[in-house]
Amino acid sequence: MANEIADSTPVVAARRAPHYPGTRVVAFVLLAAFAVVAPFVLTEYWIKAIAIPTIIFGLSAFGLNLVTGYAGLISMGQAAFMALGAFTAVIAYGRFGLPLPLAIMLSGAVAALVGVIVGTPSLRIKGLYLMVATLASQFIIIWALQRVPWTGSGSFATLNAPPVRIAGWDVSTPTDKYFLVLAVVALMTFFGYNLVRSRVGRAWMALREHDVAASVMGVSMLQYKLMAFLVSSFYAGVAGALVVFGHTGAASVQEYELDVSIKILGMIIVGGLGSVLGSYLGAAFIMLLPILLAILMQKAAAAIGGTPAAVDTLANAEHVVFGALVLYFLIKEPKGLAELWHRLAAWVDSKVYSFNGAQTGGKK
Amino acid sequence: MNHARQCWKWAVAAGIAITTVAPIASAQTYKGEIIHPMMVTRTGPFATASTGVIAGQQDYITLVNMQGGVEGYKITWEECEFEYKVPRALECYDRFKGKWLMVYPNSTPAIFALQERVTKDEVLAINLAGGRSDSTDGETFPYLAPVVANFWAQATSTIKYIAQLEGGESKLKGKKIAYIHLDNDYGRQPFPMFDDLAKAHGFEWKSWALSWPALEQSAAWVDIARRYKADYVIGWLYGQSCAVPYTEIAKVGYPMKKYIGSLWCGTEDDVGPAGTLANGTVTANYHAAGKNFPVLKEIEDKVYKAGKGTTDPARIGTVAYNRGVITGMVIVEAMRNGIKAHGAPLDGKKVRDGYRMIKLDDARLAQLGAKGLVPPLVFSEKNHGGMDAQVFQSWDGKTWKTISGWIPPNEPMVRAKVEASAKAYRDQVKSGAPAK
Repeated sequence: MANEIADSTPVVAARRAPHYPGTRVVAFVLLAAFAVVAPFVLTEYWIKAIAIPTIIFGLSAFGLNLVTGYAGLISMGQAAFMALGAFTAVIAYGRFGLPLPLAIMLSGAVAALVGVIVGTPSLRIKGLYLMVATLASQFIIIWALQRVPWTGSGSFATLNAPPVRIAGWDVSTPTDKYFLVLAVVALMTFFGYNLVRSRVGRAWMALREHDVAASVMGVSMLQYKLMAFLVSSFYAGVAGALVVFGHTGAASVQEYELDVSIKILGMIIVGGLGSVLGSYLGAAFIMLLPILLAILMQKAAAAIGGTPAAVDTLANAEHVVFGALVLYFLIKEPKGLAELWHRLAAWVDSKVYSFNGAQTGGKK
Repeated sequence: MNHARQCWKWAVAAGIAITTVAPIASAQTYKGEIIHPMMVTRTGPFATASTGVIAGQQDYITLVNMQGGVEGYKITWEECEFEYKVPRALECYDRFKGKWLMVYPNSTPAIFALQERVTKDEVLAINLAGGRSDSTDGETFPYLAPVVANFWAQATSTIKYIAQLEGGESKLKGKKIAYIHLDNDYGRQPFPMFDDLAKAHGFEWKSWALSWPALEQSAAWVDIARRYKADYVIGWLYGQSCAVPYTEIAKVGYPMKKYIGSLWCGTEDDVGPAGTLANGTVTANYHAAGKNFPVLKEIEDKVYKAGKGTTDPARIGTVAYNRGVITGMVIVEAMRNGIKAHGAPLDGKKVRDGYRMIKLDDARLAQLGAKGLVPPLVFSEKNHGGMDAQVFQSWDGKTWKTISGWIPPNEPMVRAKVEASAKAYRDQVKSGAPAK
């Protein structure tokens, strides 16, 4: 959104120099290039423990952003939809031997189907009431996954996946897994990015701003609200499947408890509601900052000699500092990290253009 | 914007960047040193007892180091805090990848998530009296081990204890047993054992599942005591949720003696917060409490006198601390066997082989100053441990008093379940793969 506004600002557009494509494009190309070479320049730790989970949760956060950020319908069941996807993936791929791409699609489809059912109350209720309704889905889905004997999760509430293969490609090394995850996420992000700029996306935003007004103007509440839940939970389902195939190799109920749903909601609030980029920035913030802090605290503990009291205190300090940083960023920029980035990009743009303008302006 | 202020910000950012990008583990390796990364839970609702377990391990390792180390090698440890959370456990594992000799997260959910990684990297992941019950089968699970009393053994032993109270297994007929538990793979593992035993002895059981972290239990307890009118209640809780039932039991007026907690609620830290309300409660345990063992005396005299202890000395001899010492012993013994058999430097596979050679019988335990602390532990390639007895203890307000003998599990039943479950796992993971 902010992107569109900035792009259409006449001042910037008029100043655009022919040979500078704009900071956002440059950053995107650099990021895409980096994403491709990352496994060859970064250590395995960065790929396996940092990049893969962050990208997967980014996808799930993006899905939630579609329903909450774009359509304005708050949902607290995102982790449960991921769990559905994860279990469907293992059952489809492991038990029924479906090819991997089909298994991933099916994971999304099953989650989407349940998502539509969970989304029906949104036709009647909004805001906090809807939040409670979707919260119920979190518990019901997790409960069912453990209790329905057919899932085979048994008393371990866990299903292990067989080795991952796609038509002769053994997805076994972290690099393989990274590219599998990256490919799926890139594809789905591209699709979602276009979706929110289409008629559907505009209908969602209209519903978000005022649903009654939107329906008076011909936007079908039934169709678009349910579609928001459908697409959102589809994304969560695929993210769940990726956790299995790209990250842990198992579907386990305890990885998708309520706190994960809250965390994903936190990602889009910190990253930016109604922003594609914000979903991923938020995921990176919520996933990486605690790890960064933990490592820093560890170093601090080592520096002061590491007495047990100090180790304990520092471990707890991590949570305090993390909370304080979330507060700081939300006060500094309530619209999220995406807005901060847009402002930075606009500032760089203006510097480049004024520099260009000074150079080319004389010749005109 | 003020220029000086911006400089300051850049300096902070650069500082953070440098410290992060710089090698994460900075300890120097010199010949004769074994680096042993540890996963720890020092924060969150499960930190209460786990800090004691961490201290017990570290103090035991310090003691071993002071006595010349393992076969002349000094063990140094590095901690990685994961808060009992699965994603952080995976991150910790990857952060120290290549350095792990044996993984002990003290978290069943973490074991399930780590399984694929440790199997691929050939590092043994242990979880004493926890983890996957079927990992008793060392052939199917070459890199997992429950070490002592797996959950199925615990469940059958607890039912045996109830039968003892009733005066024989035949007296269980028609009894109602309520099972209140965390709704995860820790709390749900006893299900199949209760099903089988209920069929065998003719009692009835029902589950009250609590969502993590299970700090709100009042509705469940009213239901158990007033509507279901259970003859016995078995609890399978952990961390802070262990202390919650005592207030609820007092409120609904349920007899305290008939509530039997799992061994994971059997530490001082679990009952302490409930104050006098917890008096008379019964839990299981897999080892002895108290500090009446030479090894603990040595830790107190040598490690703590030298100021090298890692916790409050008052915790020595508490249940959680003793568990840490036992864990430390298992880890050190596996390392020792690994060096003896394969030589230094150690790697995950050598330590796993060392684990399979562990023979902590009474003679060896006496050498280590721990005779009676824990029943003998003997492992092999096929047997990764887990078929052990439990002892039951009662809280008198100050200490845990042992109130029963060692009550063995229903071995045939547990073995059959381990075999069936291991087979199901092999089907899931191997022959379940697409042919192409």
